[in-house]
Amino acid sequence: MPEAATSFEVREVSGGARVIDIKGDITAQSEDVLMDAHNRASGEGVKAIVLNFSGLDYMNSGGIGQLVTMLVRAQRQHQSVLAYGLSDHYREIFELTRLDDAVGIHSSEDDALAAV
Amino acid sequence: MSEHGTEEQAAARDATSWAKSVSRLNVSEVPEGAVNINVEGKRLASPIQGFGKMWQKTYQVRLPVERVSAVDLIATWKRRFPDFWPKGNAFYGPLTGIEPGDVALLNMALPGKMKLSTGVMVLYADEESFTLMTPQGHVFAGWITFSAAEAEGHTVAQAQVLMRASDPIFELGLTLGGHKQEDIFWDQTLTALAAHFDHEGEVDTKVVCVDNRRQWSRWRNVWHSSAIRSTLYMLGAPGRALRRLFRRDRAVA
Repeated sequence: MPEAATSFEVREVSGGARVIDIKGDITAQSEDVLMDAHNRASGEGVKAIVLNFSGLDYMNSGGIGQLVTMLVRAQRQHQSVLAYGLSDHYREIFELTRLDDAVGIHSSEDDALAAV
Repeated sequence: MSEHGTEEQAAARDATSWAKSVSRLNVSEVPEGAVNINVEGKRLASPIQGFGKMWQKTYQVRLPVERVSAVDLIATWKRRFPDFWPKGNAFYGPLTGIEPGDVALLNMALPGKMKLSTGVMVLYADEESFTLMTPQGHVFAGWITFSAAEAEGHTVAQAQVLMRASDPIFELGLTLGGHKQEDIFWDQTLTALAAHFDHEGEVDTKVVCVDNRRQWSRWRNVWHSSAIRSTLYMLGAPGRALRRLFRRDRAVA
C-alpha cells in the first residue's frame, strides 16, 4: 500500500512538552510515520504531546484509528495529549468520534502549552 | 490544478465522507424483524470509552485484480453489505447501501439461540473504504473499517476492527470464546465476499493487543449493556404478546 503524503516534525518547546507539526494527510498508511514521530517526541521527562493540526489536509477514518492508537501509547507512558489548529470540520470529527474526551483541544499553541 | 484547487478538492471529498456530528443516535425507521431497544438515544462509543483490553483485528482476503477492482469491490460491499453476513445474523440498513450518517439495526446470533439487538452508525464512507461505529451498549466500543486496495496483481479486501469490550460482562464473554466467534464471523463474511466474485479466498487474520490494560473506571458501561437489555426484552415477549391479544379483543368487543 502507498505511503501517505504526510510529514510529522517534532519540536521541543519546553522540558515537559513536545509539539508534533502534522503536514499532509492522516490515513491508515500513516502508522509508521506517526509512531516514529511519537517515539522521537517521547524523551525522558516528556509529560505532554501537543499535536499541531494546522497543516492537516485530509483525514479519513483510518487516520482517526491511528490517532487513537497513538493516544493509547502516550497514556501508557503517562503523557497527556493536547491538540490545536483543528478546523471546525476536524473539531466536529473529534467530537463525533469522542476523541475529544481524551485529547484536550485548544485554539492556539500558547493555550495548549499553558494547559500542560 | 493549482495547489489551492487541490486543497479545496481534498477538503470537499473529506467533508462528504464523514457523518455529520450527532450527540445521540436516532433511528428513522425500524424494519420488520428489527428491534430498536439499544440504539435510539444512545451515544457513539469509541475505544476510548470502552472497558476491556484494546485490540486491533485485521482480516484480509486477496482476489485477482482481473476479477474486481478495489473501487468496484467497495461499491459492491456497500450496496450488498448484509448479503455477506453469516446466516443467523441480520443487518437492517437502508436499502440504498452505506452512506455516512446512516444508522443500521443489527440482530446478532449468540450461543443458546439468544439474539442480541444492537446497531451501528456509518461513521465514514468513500470510494475505497467505509467505517461503522458502535453505540453505547454494543459488545464492543470502537469501529470496523472495511477497505480495499490493489497490490501486486491482487485486490485485497480488508475488515479491520479497533475495539475494547464495552463492559466487564462483554469482556468476560469475549475472553471465553467471543473473540474466536468474532474471528469466525469475519472469516465467513470475507469468504462470502470473495465467493461473490467467483473466487475461493483464504482469509488471513492478524490480531494485535494495542493495550492490555482494562479501563476499570468504565465498568458502569454495563448499565447500557445490549446483552442484558436484549435478554430482558426476550423474557418479556410472552407478556407483550398477551397484552397485544388483550388489546385486540377489547377493540373487537
